[in-house]
Order: sequence, then structure tokens, then C-alpha cells
Amino acid sequence: MNETKPPYGGALPKPTPETQAFWDGTMAHKLMLPWCTECGKPHFYPRSICPFCLSRELEWREASGRGKLHTYVINSKAAKGFTTVPYVIAVVELDEGPRMMTNIVIDDPTPEKLPIDAAVEVVFDDVTEAVTLAKFRLVQP
Amino acid sequence: MTGPLSRTAAIVGAAETDRIGKLPDMSRLALHAEAAKNALADAGLKLSDVDGLFTCVAGPNELSEYLNFVPRYVDGTSVGGCSYMIFVRHAVAAIAAGYCDVALVVHGESGRSWIDMEPQGTAASPAGQFELPFGVAAAPTTYSIPVLRHFHQYGTTKRQMSHVPAATREWALLNPRALMHSAGRITPEDVEASPMVCYPFNKLDCCLVADGGGALVITSAERARDLPTRPIHILGTGEATAHRQIAMMRDFTTSDATVLSGRQAFAEAGLSPADIDHLMLYDAFSFTPMMFLEDLGFVAKGESGSFFSETRRAPDGTTIYKTGPGGDLPVNTNGGGLSYCHSGRYGMFAMLEAVAQLRGTAGERQVQGLATSLVHGPGRQFAAASTVILSNV
Repeated sequence: MNETKPPYGGALPKPTPETQAFWDGTMAHKLMLPWCTECGKPHFYPRSICPFCLSRELEWREASGRGKLHTYVINSKAAKGFTTVPYVIAVVELDEGPRMMTNIVIDDPTPEKLPIDAAVEVVFDDVTEAVTLAKFRLVQP
Repeated sequence: MTGPLSRTAAIVGAAETDRIGKLPDMSRLALHAEAAKNALADAGLKLSDVDGLFTCVAGPNELSEYLNFVPRYVDGTSVGGCSYMIFVRHAVAAIAAGYCDVALVVHGESGRSWIDMEPQGTAASPAGQFELPFGVAAAPTTYSIPVLRHFHQYGTTKRQMSHVPAATREWALLNPRALMHSAGRITPEDVEASPMVCYPFNKLDCCLVADGGGALVITSAERARDLPTRPIHILGTGEATAHRQIAMMRDFTTSDATVLSGRQAFAEAGLSPADIDHLMLYDAFSFTPMMFLEDLGFVAKGESGSFFSETRRAPDGTTIYKTGPGGDLPVNTNGGGLSYCHSGRYGMFAMLEAVAQLRGTAGERQVQGLATSLVHGPGRQFAAASTVILSNV
């Protein structure tokens, strides 16, 4: 049986040479981070040089996909293509250190359900055939 | 001790477009042109006297063509709403260097009617790849990102934050040009009862979107003495830029750009927060001036919520805020972005109100006995910042 998704109307990323491997990673349901082999730190978003030491000696490694809810908002006015409000726009701090903007996947979000610093884990949302977004959900204790 | 450029230049012309608000009959460039014309008339100068052009919603080349003149010094720094305060700083430096004698700083923006405005960034930009796909849209979805972190770390509350729009509205009621002049008082409860836009921001936590413009004319302190307006001396300035995407903010409870910018301005002016009589703290949202009050050193980190929400009763029973009419530290006396107007890049309007207060031409909202004013604003979402300290003596 064929399942057909409605066409996705949200903003889509257009990868650049320094970010292509990240987006290839999400397609394969892996959260990939660039690591500097000179200073030993990972960074996000992916750049062509390390933002801590300006080295070009970078390699891609898979992240744990775990982190903490650093800060967030609950948006009630949908951006173009977002059909369900409210939704959570969050900044997650990965266990590896870098922070990234994302969505928290949760039904009927309220501040009470979303304590700052709560543990979260990555989930992959295949929004189109060519793009998968890394989102997060609360880890239930 | 002051820095070498303190008091070397002064503001000699300052004016807005004839009208602000909803102006579908005026394009982006028409707003620039009217603002420039009005500020030059105020300064008693002609366009042929101007040899430095500073502008960013219209680029310097677009505006020199539209106004049909050839400046010998141009600056199109475009880092958001504080760009106009950065232009003041750059104009001081250019005048001191002899690169121009008369600087025209021009703002115009069809923020409401959107006549001839630029589209958003590309899908391949860092923000296009790493922020926009998560439903980031208008400014309320990004300016709000730091707030819950501040609440979490300092115990700041939404109720404290709700006092900011209420206090600012008190000033708008005294300013006939304010878009909310006739809209009546609001309480913190009213702020929280207004429609939810993006938690923790309700509608009344958000600035008004308007069409409008304004301009400043700046020249050397020496030449300023020969011009008809009371010169407003530029004592110190600062600028900084820290990031572009809100998620890249190093610490969501402090603006690195504000801290650095404020430090430079106070050092150049040879002053500290205790010396400032009047504050314009660019209020794109209710939280924004709270962050600035802390990061500029007017209160300790985490204390802005209690500062803005502390009130006393006037004999007639009305509420007096520390930052409102009759308070100890007047803030955003035109009614601010929250109750005056906000074109999208509000920095010019903050500058113009400081000039009006220091000239003593602010009408019913005039604060008596002012000698100094500090104007501070952000560019985009706490990404950039600029600070200007002015004096009328």
C-alpha cells in the first residue's frame, strides 16, 4: 500500500559545500558534526574552518544525538508551510557541546511540559525525499 | 578621562518624515528622501553642503542617485536596527579624519506597507539552512529565544516583563505622534491578556510595525556653532557585532555586542551609568530593554525585572514607574518601539527622541533638567549593537 504524504510547504535548506555532509547525514538518520583534529572541538553549524582555532583539519563524526533543552519558544503564528500551531522552536545543547536550533516534537506544548535543561534526543523527520530535518523529543525519565 | 573623538562632532539636524504609520502612498526611497529633506531644513543646510552619506535600507548608491548628488564619503553598514547609531559613530570618525564635513544619516522603511522592500535571505545561507526550516519566521520567533533562559537563570518572571510595555505606554500617552497616543493606559494584566504571538511574548510585548523614516545631520563641533539649531554633542560611541543567527548567541542571558559597545561608549565619553539622565533602549520587544539595562551596567545582571516592575502611587492614584513619567530614570520617552512606532530598523527613531529631549523640544513629555542621554540598540536579534552618548552642554 502506498502512503502519500501531503507536499511539504516549509522552508527547505539548500546545502553548501561545507554543509553537504551534514545533510547527507540526516538523510541517513545520523547526526554528523564537524570535529577539528587540531584543537579537538566539534562545532555547529558546519563551517569550512574551525571557529575556535581556524584550522582546516576537520573530520565528520557521528554525534550521540543526546542533549539538553537550552531555551525555546512556543510559536502560535505559523511560518509559511507550518500547518499546526503552536509548535516549539528550541535551541538544544548537544552532549558534545555545540548548540543547534531545532523543533521539539511534542503534542500540545506548554511551558510546564518543557522544563529548561530537560534531556532530549534526536528524531529524524523526512520532510521531503531530499531533505531530512534533525528534530528532538523529550527523553522520558 | 575622555577619548580622542569625544565632542569633536555634533548633531545639528534631526527630523522625521512628515507622517509615520501606515503610508502606502510612499515607497522606501520616497521615505528616505523626505526624511533627508526635513533634516537638512532643520539644520539650515542644503543638499549641496552634504559630502558624506550614511544609509542602509536604501544603499548609498541608490540614494545618491535618487537625491541626485555625489557624496565623497559613503557608508552602507547594514547590521539591522542599530545601523543608524553605528553611522553616528562612523560619521564622527569620518569628520575627524577630514573625509567629510557634513554627514547625512538617513533612514526610511516601508515596514508596514512593504513598498519596494528587499526579500529575505537565501535558502543556502546559514540561517536558510539551520534556522528557517524550523519554522522561524517573523522577529517575535527569534527575539524571544533568549527570554526563557534568562527567566531560568535569574528567576525573572513574565509578570515583571509585562511591566515594560505598561510603563512605555505612559510616555506614548504624552506624545501626539505616537501611534498608541490615544490607545489608553495598559496594565501588566492587559499585556498578558493580549493574543499569544510566541510564548513568552503576547501581542503587547511586540513592537508596532510602521512605515516612516528619519534623518540626522552631523558636522564638526566647530562648524556646529554657526548653525541655527542647538548642537547636540556626541560624547562617546560604541559598536560591535557578535553573530547572525540567534541560536549562535554565546550566552542567551547576555548580549556580548551590547557589553562591548557600551564599554566603548562610556570610555570615549569618560562617563559611567550614574552620569546618564535619559535612556533610549531600543525596545523591539518588552524583553529587549531589560537585557540592555543589565548589560550596559545600569543594574546588576538579573535585576532588570525588578527594576522595570517597581512602581509607586502618585497622589492621584496613578502608577509611577521608575522608567516612566515622573520616575527616576526616564526610558523610551517617545513611547518606544512598543507604543511609538517601529519601522523595522528603529534605531533612527531612538536617536531622534534623544535629540528632541536634549534640545528641550519634546513638548508634554519633556523631561526637565536633562544634560545627557544614552541611546542603545541591537541589530537583528542581539546580533549587533551600538551605543551613542549625547549631551546638550
